[in-house]
Amino acid sequence: MLELALHILDIAENSTRAGARHVDIHLKEDPGHDLLTLEITDDGAGMDQETLAKALDPFYTTKKVRRVGLGLPMLAQAAESAGGELILSSEPGKGTRLKVTFGLRHLDRQPLGDIAGSLVTLIAGNPDIDFTYCHECQDKIYLLSTEEIKKEIEDVPINHVEILKYIRCHVAEGMKEIGSEA
Amino acid sequence: MAKITIEDLKKIKERVHAETALRDGHLRVKVTVHMGTCGIASGAKEVMDALLREIEEAGVTDVAVTTSGCMGLCSREPLVTVEILNQEPIKYEYMNSNKMRQVFKRHILEGEIQNPFVLARGAETQK
Repeated sequence: MLELALHILDIAENSTRAGARHVDIHLKEDPGHDLLTLEITDDGAGMDQETLAKALDPFYTTKKVRRVGLGLPMLAQAAESAGGELILSSEPGKGTRLKVTFGLRHLDRQPLGDIAGSLVTLIAGNPDIDFTYCHECQDKIYLLSTEEIKKEIEDVPINHVEILKYIRCHVAEGMKEIGSEA
Repeated sequence: MAKITIEDLKKIKERVHAETALRDGHLRVKVTVHMGTCGIASGAKEVMDALLREIEEAGVTDVAVTTSGCMGLCSREPLVTVEILNQEPIKYEYMNSNKMRQVFKRHILEGEIQNPFVLARGAETQK
């Protein structure tokens, strides 16, 4: 995977499988400290200490259909090759929090990629889960909350094609407005 | 382009309400794009993008799109399952945007199964 947007899609899918009701995605660009921080927080099942310790092992998975679990290890590798790190914390019954840092201007940092597309895919596939996407760029903030959109559209499903198109445009415009460089 | 506002959401809502009043609101087709790590890494998101764009352009309202996880056939990803009401599900393998567009136009809209891309027919069974 060569784009952070794909990693976000992949990791957030883990949250949805852990039974999360809310998934919070937070990106922060800090050119002053040459830092890009990605945080994904969910209120899913969480992991005990033993599972947590093994989660970054590519040969550990809870699935029965195959013997590898590459999602988190690949993100950890992407962070480490860009001068950052991946920190995973979790509490059974409460949820999981993932924090990944990257050198913002590091040559090997993967580009952000198509964030709008990733969010649309997440929302289309998991209409019952509430996602928030917050992107901070210096002192400007872009925020997308599916909870607020749902309030506005009432009985129209959030995975309706027209709503997904609206979300895609909303994200693209918002990212442009805050001057995201990543 | 004009700035997107919350007003646009209200307009969409009214339009969708008007549309659903015309038909009974039943979905005819369910399309599942497999979005495990393996799927995403081999291009499932592009397939999803292409599918959503086709639905938008065709203006159909009876096709539902969803995602699922890995089912263990990572080497044949991206996988897409098309389920037409009262027909057995069809699983397509090695998908890309072009194949997705073809499957949408020929299979989903016209009911003609695209045999060269088919991996399997029928539902998954758990051992």
